[in-house]
Amino acid sequence: MSEIQNQYAKRYKPRKIINYLMLTIMLLSTLLALIPLFSILTHIGISGIKALDLQFITNLPAPVGEPGGGMGNALVGTLVLVSLAALMGIPVGVLTAIYLSEYQQTGLFPSTVRFVADSLLGIPSIVVGIFVYLIIVLPMKSFSALAGGVALGIMLIPIVIRGTEGMLKMVPDSLREAALALGMRKWRVIVSIVLPTAIKGIITTIMLGIARVAGETAPLLLTAFGNHFWSTKLDQPIGALPLQIFTYAISPFDEWHNQAWAGSLLLILVVLFLSIIARLATRGNKLN
Amino acid sequence: MEKVIQVNDVKAWYGSLQTLKGISLEIFKNRVTAIIGPSGCGKSTFIRCLNRMHEVVPGAKVEGKILINKTDIYSSQVDPVEIRRKIGMVFQKPNPFPTMTIYNNVASGLKLNGVKNKRVLDESVEKSLRRAALWDEVKDRLNHSGMSLSGGQQQRLCIARALAVEPDILLMDEPASALDPISTLRIEELVQELKEQYTIVIVTHNMQQAARISDYTAFLLNGELIEYDITENIFTKPTDKRTEDYITGRFG
Repeated sequence: MSEIQNQYAKRYKPRKIINYLMLTIMLLSTLLALIPLFSILTHIGISGIKALDLQFITNLPAPVGEPGGGMGNALVGTLVLVSLAALMGIPVGVLTAIYLSEYQQTGLFPSTVRFVADSLLGIPSIVVGIFVYLIIVLPMKSFSALAGGVALGIMLIPIVIRGTEGMLKMVPDSLREAALALGMRKWRVIVSIVLPTAIKGIITTIMLGIARVAGETAPLLLTAFGNHFWSTKLDQPIGALPLQIFTYAISPFDEWHNQAWAGSLLLILVVLFLSIIARLATRGNKLN
Repeated sequence: MEKVIQVNDVKAWYGSLQTLKGISLEIFKNRVTAIIGPSGCGKSTFIRCLNRMHEVVPGAKVEGKILINKTDIYSSQVDPVEIRRKIGMVFQKPNPFPTMTIYNNVASGLKLNGVKNKRVLDESVEKSLRRAALWDEVKDRLNHSGMSLSGGQQQRLCIARALAVEPDILLMDEPASALDPISTLRIEELVQELKEQYTIVIVTHNMQQAARISDYTAFLLNGELIEYDITENIFTKPTDKRTEDYITGRFG
């Protein structure tokens, strides 16, 4: 055996051991990461399913002591708020991402935009609430669904920008070149080649963003405020599942605690439902 | 013989790196012209200048004059999109559009330029696939994804896609270098058939391939055109020592 082969042979055993050790650590970390995730889901599932029935989804909250109240208004409120946020966040976010990825990748302006988006991602959500309170709630002299939607929209924009940009960057340049070489105009290449190729990832990113803002409580405290009655008016305060969950969870009543769990389960189901719809909607897009 | 492309003192840069240092040559109608040379000599840059694809890379710059059918393609009145519609391009790695079917891949150039007539599209797809020698293999599964094909088939799909917009000139940037020998042979046969109707410029780092399929050969080295002649002359009696060294395998 040559000297080099000797060295290899000598290192073989320790290398094996380190390999197993590292694999074990990685596996343990994975399990560790799964524990909270799994226990949250099972706990919410078990605690929430008790109070979650049709009535819970369709009824207004009942006064303390009265049975049969629900979170129907909060569910509608969350859907209204999330729709407003999506209406604002998705177009702005996706178009910004297209600009950053397809038109102006480098330079002072795009890097500033990226920096600002990254900073917005890390900003405490209550700060967004305060900001919207100042620019919308105070001038309108009222808490409102609009203010809540704008607050969530502001939070959604950077998530969509950075996520979508990443997905667009994953589309190989060779496809853009193939399309350009066929004599397609640039906007055509983006609309017909780049976006369809990246659409699945973009949808996933958007759904993650929606899920994130749908569960936000802090920015809504100062904007949508919450409402115990049916309302879909944009200039009026509106209920939202996270707000209702918060109110019920800090109350001293067992019945409300149960309903808070049911509300949490409902929130998770809403997000899941939206994701499934988005997936189904883009599935037909695979071959067109 | 009719000159289709006249290249006059073309220089090209990527940022501050000059990759072409003044190339002048003429390319003839219905002939296969091979561009050979070692890696990084500017072969790909050169053919990308011919259909104004060089400039799509950020920071890229071209100087000089290129006349195609007597039109100065770098004149300010010329729309690069129009130039690219008349010149087909096939790339090194097969790049079918992954979201599209085989049919739509071939039809994409026409469809996305506004052709909607189903009969016109059907005819164009069949004709292009036949010319690319792929029709018999895919005619029963035109609605499958282009990605379901083998590498060699994908490359012929890309050739069909380029032919569908009915160009006069076909640029091929090492079209067989990512393929196995049998697929390579098919592409080479195809090039021979296609030159009846098209003027073909092919970049290759495979000298045997250049010798087999081309009528003219240009040897590039470090961004300069060292020698350009009938292929037979380049490979049997090169006039420049560097060409001789390269084709005999002494470097590159």
